[in-house]
Amino acid sequence: MAVCVAVIAKENYPLYIRSVPTESELKFHYMVHTSLDVVDEKISAMGKALVDQRELYLGLLYPTEDYKVYGYVTNSKVKFVMVVDSSNTALRDNEIRSMFRKLHNSYTDVMCNPFYNPGDRIQSRAFDSMVTSMMVQVC
Amino acid sequence: MADAALFEFLHTEMVAELWAHDSDPSPGGQKMSLSVLEGMGFRVGQALGERLPREMLAFREELDVLKFLCKDLWVAVFQKQMDSLRTNHQGTYVLQDNSFPLLVRMASGQQYLEEAPKFLAFTCGLLRGALSTLGIKSLVTASVAALPACKFQVVIQKS
Repeated sequence: MAVCVAVIAKENYPLYIRSVPTESELKFHYMVHTSLDVVDEKISAMGKALVDQRELYLGLLYPTEDYKVYGYVTNSKVKFVMVVDSSNTALRDNEIRSMFRKLHNSYTDVMCNPFYNPGDRIQSRAFDSMVTSMMVQVC
Repeated sequence: MADAALFEFLHTEMVAELWAHDSDPSPGGQKMSLSVLEGMGFRVGQALGERLPREMLAFREELDVLKFLCKDLWVAVFQKQMDSLRTNHQGTYVLQDNSFPLLVRMASGQQYLEEAPKFLAFTCGLLRGALSTLGIKSLVTASVAALPACKFQVVIQKS
């Protein structure tokens, strides 16, 4: 279960950022911000490597003592960053991938919404409820 | 099969509607309608550029993106691939379609040549929108020599 989910636009400003225990919000925002550097590093490394397969899922970006940060980048250079609790029984890779896939699908739906202007903050309630379903339940 | 016809009819009506209200035949008024059409195509292209490459792997370079446009985007919208893609390797690409579905019903030859650009504006916007979502700023223009073949010229803007 994720503790914080963020959607970052191509120009590296947040389109959507939400964390669950709302008192340590600032700490999560900072974590997401620092993880952007790691994301950029991975993207440029992918570009230089002569690998045929270029995956969208970036995997574990960096672990801290309490949290692990995962990243995913779309073809339109929109980045999804997810922070999960380390104390949780380690979530399998497949589960993280499926969470990112759901995020990507919901983001695509938001883009197709005629009332949404690309580049604005995401205010869709459907997107909100999808993210809530992924986040850890704190009473 | 029916889906293709629906889009064609909708597109024809869009063009007709924009031109019906435009009682100002001067080039200024015409340009407004063309930019409205292009703007519509742009927004649709942005959404398509997000939705279509979803299951695909990341694009490695500009040429990959253009190939995606010619194959996947064209097939999704017009049920056929682009007939040819040429480039001068300096940021200009020419996409040629020898029987463009939106023009194929109009004529095949020189008749209606002056009316053709109206029907290409939306598609130019579509290409520009998809390119912009995929991270490429561009300028797209279309030209018709003989219906229903048309060429789309994409010039990449290096910012």
